[in-house]
Parts: sequence; structure tokens; C-alpha cells
Amino acid sequence: MTLSSLKRNFLTLFFLISSLNGFAKEPSQGANLDKTFDPKEMILHHVKDAYGMHIATLNAGKENEMHITIPLPVIVYTEKGLTTFSSSAFHHDYHGHEIVEKNDQRFVNVHEKVYVLDDGAKEVVYDEQGHPTNAHRPKFDISITRNVLMMWVSIAVLFFIFLSAARRYKKSDNYVPSGIASFVEPLIIFVRDEIARPMIGDHKYKRYMPYLLTIFFFIWINNIFGLIPILNGANLSGNIAFTFTLAVITFIITTVSGNKNYWKHIFWMPGVPVPMKLFLMPIEIIGMFVKPISLMIRLFANITAGHVIILALMSLIFVFKSIAIAPVSVAFSLFITIIEVIVTAIQAYIFTILSALYFGMATEEEHH
Amino acid sequence: MDLITPEFGLVFWTLITFLVLVFILRKFAWKPILGAVSEREEGIKDALASAEKARQEMENLQADNERVLKEARAEREAMLKEARELKNKMIDDAKAEAQQEANKLVAQAQAAIEAEKKAAVADLKSQVAEISISIAEKVLKDELSNKSKQEKLVESMLEDTSLN
Repeated sequence: MTLSSLKRNFLTLFFLISSLNGFAKEPSQGANLDKTFDPKEMILHHVKDAYGMHIATLNAGKENEMHITIPLPVIVYTEKGLTTFSSSAFHHDYHGHEIVEKNDQRFVNVHEKVYVLDDGAKEVVYDEQGHPTNAHRPKFDISITRNVLMMWVSIAVLFFIFLSAARRYKKSDNYVPSGIASFVEPLIIFVRDEIARPMIGDHKYKRYMPYLLTIFFFIWINNIFGLIPILNGANLSGNIAFTFTLAVITFIITTVSGNKNYWKHIFWMPGVPVPMKLFLMPIEIIGMFVKPISLMIRLFANITAGHVIILALMSLIFVFKSIAIAPVSVAFSLFITIIEVIVTAIQAYIFTILSALYFGMATEEEHH
Repeated sequence: MDLITPEFGLVFWTLITFLVLVFILRKFAWKPILGAVSEREEGIKDALASAEKARQEMENLQADNERVLKEARAEREAMLKEARELKNKMIDDAKAEAQQEANKLVAQAQAAIEAEKKAAVADLKSQVAEISISIAEKVLKDELSNKSKQEKLVESMLEDTSLN
């Protein structure tokens, strides 16, 4: 009952967003009709962020090719101030062909990055590496990309799940979990008893519970959303910007809550001779930064790798141009997808438990 | 390289979204849920402790009962024993007393019988003597009633008493 209502609500939400933005069905220019299939470009395109949310392409390769895309706002801040326009203005072009004129500036989409053409430039000129030479990135690009959209969908789902679970507790007088609460309570207790308590200690874990619970469920749900094919590779937790932000927050909390004992272990390791103290100091200082960096890379690499493997297996069908390879591809990618379902939970767990471990190290009291 | 360069826009939105998420969930989800869970755990712990206490009390009570019962039983046993002893003693005493009394009675009776017998014998003796005297009187009277007889007697007596 819980799962089905969750699904129903999620679908409602999804269609609500879709209808608000309106499906933009537009014929494409047909510029790349004869292009051969390039798995690398396809995979990178799926793994990386994009300005519009591409759902499907109809009649691919024909004259009446149609793209079904949810257009999303492009928000850029340049020397001339804030400029916003819909991503549909690019007409699904990400090769810098379509020039959008807005606010006395010309914008192009080069591999899902908005560039501002220099004054007087009529079209993009590339160097040998394929970088535009007569265009530059805006100062700040805070567009609502598909990853941002999916992030908001994910927090809406989290709000729905946990706020309604919390309401269940308010309603019942003896705190007996029912409905969705009985579904989330074991997970919350797992985070408390298997992650926070053993890593941080019984006395101090309470302060960190909101953060640990939030990253655990935030990462997990976004990992799961990344696996839903129709959302077309909203690879949020496999995006370095996302993992970077969470790792920085963990680093800040660790550093702020570091006590005397923690800093002593970094700068003047107790219990070892002086030359050893001097030797360990730089290592410990590097270690301070390596810990969050490892968090950032681990999550990013695991999730991205999973996506790349699934997409590469699917690409085999198109590389071999044979339907006969399809069963093999589908079987293998199904296998990998099942593994990825487990990985979604494992990576969320690892990120959370390591964050908790770092908090525990920062707040550990001196042993006598 | 593009893949591993954090985009400012996504960092910006992730940060804002995450902070909002933490704030709202902390206030409206984690606090009530964790509070309720820990309150319930406390409740369970309390209930278990009080159940344990009640069990202990029950055990104590039972032990007490057992003890009291045992004591009562022992007391009854002792009382019965005492009563039995008393009864035996009373019987024994009564028996001894009765024996004594009987002995005494028998002795008295024997003494009385002896005295009576003596008196009777003495009486008998005196009566026998009187009767004997009266008989002797009568005989003598009869024997000495005429002259011939007196002479005959003197003769017989003289005959018996030969003069030597």
C-alpha cells in the first residue's frame, strides 16, 4: 500500500511538472541525420548534465524527427547582468549551431555548456581541441538543468515520504509506527544504530543525526533516480559537482567540530618521538583534505561507472548494427542494473558511514 | 576533463537545495521521528524494567508464602507432637496414680482383713473357752450327781495314781 501510493504520488508529481513546462515537440533540423553512431559521445551526453530534459526521440533519422523534451530555464549572469530564457530556444542543438539572441548577447550551446559569443562574432569558431575560440562562459551559470530538476523532484519525494511519516507519529498516541512510518523507521534506526552510534559514540551522535540521515536518504534516492531509464540519465549523484558539494559540507562539519584532541593528532601526534611528529604533521594535514576528496571521487566514480557500463552494453546493439546482439546486451545490462540497485544503497551507506567516522574522529576524547 | 570539473551552477543549486532539505527535514521529520522512537524505546525499557520488578516482587511474595506455609506446617507439626506427648504423659500419669491408689487400697483391705481375722480368732477362742467350761461344768455335774459314781471316779483316779 505504501509503495503503490508512493509510486502514484511520484507519478502525479512528475506529470505535474511535465504539464507545467509543457512538452516541447519540435522538428529537429535534421542536420545530423547521416551521422554514424558514436557510443562515446552518446554515453558522455547521457552521463553529463543538460539544459533540457530529453525524454525521447520519435522517428529518429527521418525527415519528421521529433524530440520530446521538457524545456528548462537557462539562467546566466554575464557582464551585462542576469539573462534568462528557455532551453527550448536552442532547439535541441548542442553543437553551437543555434544562436539565441537575448539581452544584446548571443548564446550558443556547445556540448551542453552555454557560451556567450564575443561582440561581433556571428558564429562559433573552434580550435583543434574543439573549444570555442571566439566565445566565453558566462560569469555564473545557474541554469535549472535536468540534474537540478531531478534534485528538486527527489527532495519533493523525500519531503513527501518523511513528512507524512512524521505525521504518523504525531497521530498515534503510543508512537507505534504505521503505514509509511513502519517502512522508513527501520532505515532511520539503521542509520542511528549502525552508523552514527558506533562511529561517533553514544554521547555525541545526536548532534549529527539530522545531517547523516539527510545525506543518506538524499544520496540514496538520487542514486535510485539515476537508474530509472525514462528520466534519461539524470545522473545527479554521478555528477562531480553534487558529490563535491556534499563532501565539502562533510569537511566543514568535521573541521568545525574538531576538538583539541583532533587538532593535536594532526599537528603534534602524541605518543611518538619528535622527528616522527614532524614527519607525520604534513601527512595528517594532507589527510584532512584527502578524506573529503575520497568521498567526492568514490560516489562520483561509482555511480558514473555504473551508468557508463549500462549504456556501453546497450550501445553494443547499435555498434554491431544487429538485433541479434540485443538479448546479450539486455541480459548483461539487466544484470548490471540489478547490481547497481544494490550499489545505490551501498554508496549512500558508505558516504554516510565515512562522514560519521570523520565526525567521530573529530570529536573523539583523549584516551587515558 | 569536463566530466570531473564541478560546474558552479550545480554546486550552487545543490548547496541551496541540500541546506533547505536538511533544515526542513530536521525540523519536521527527524526531530519528531527520532523523538518518538526514543520515547518509545524508553517506554519499552521502562515497561520491561517494571515487569521485571513485578516478577521479582511476585517471586519474593511467593517465597514469603512458601516460608509462612512451611512455618505453619512446622508449627502444626510441633503442636501435634506436643499434644501427643501430653496425652501420653497424662495417660501414663493416670495409670501410675491409679496403680498406686489400687495398691494402697489393696494394702488397706489386707490390713483390715488381717485385723478382722485376729479379732474373730480371739472372739472364737473366748467363746470356745466358755463353751468348754460350760460343757465341763455340765459333764462334772452329771458325773458327780450320785454317790456311786463319785466313788467310782475316785477309785478310777486312785487306780491311775498308783502310790509309789
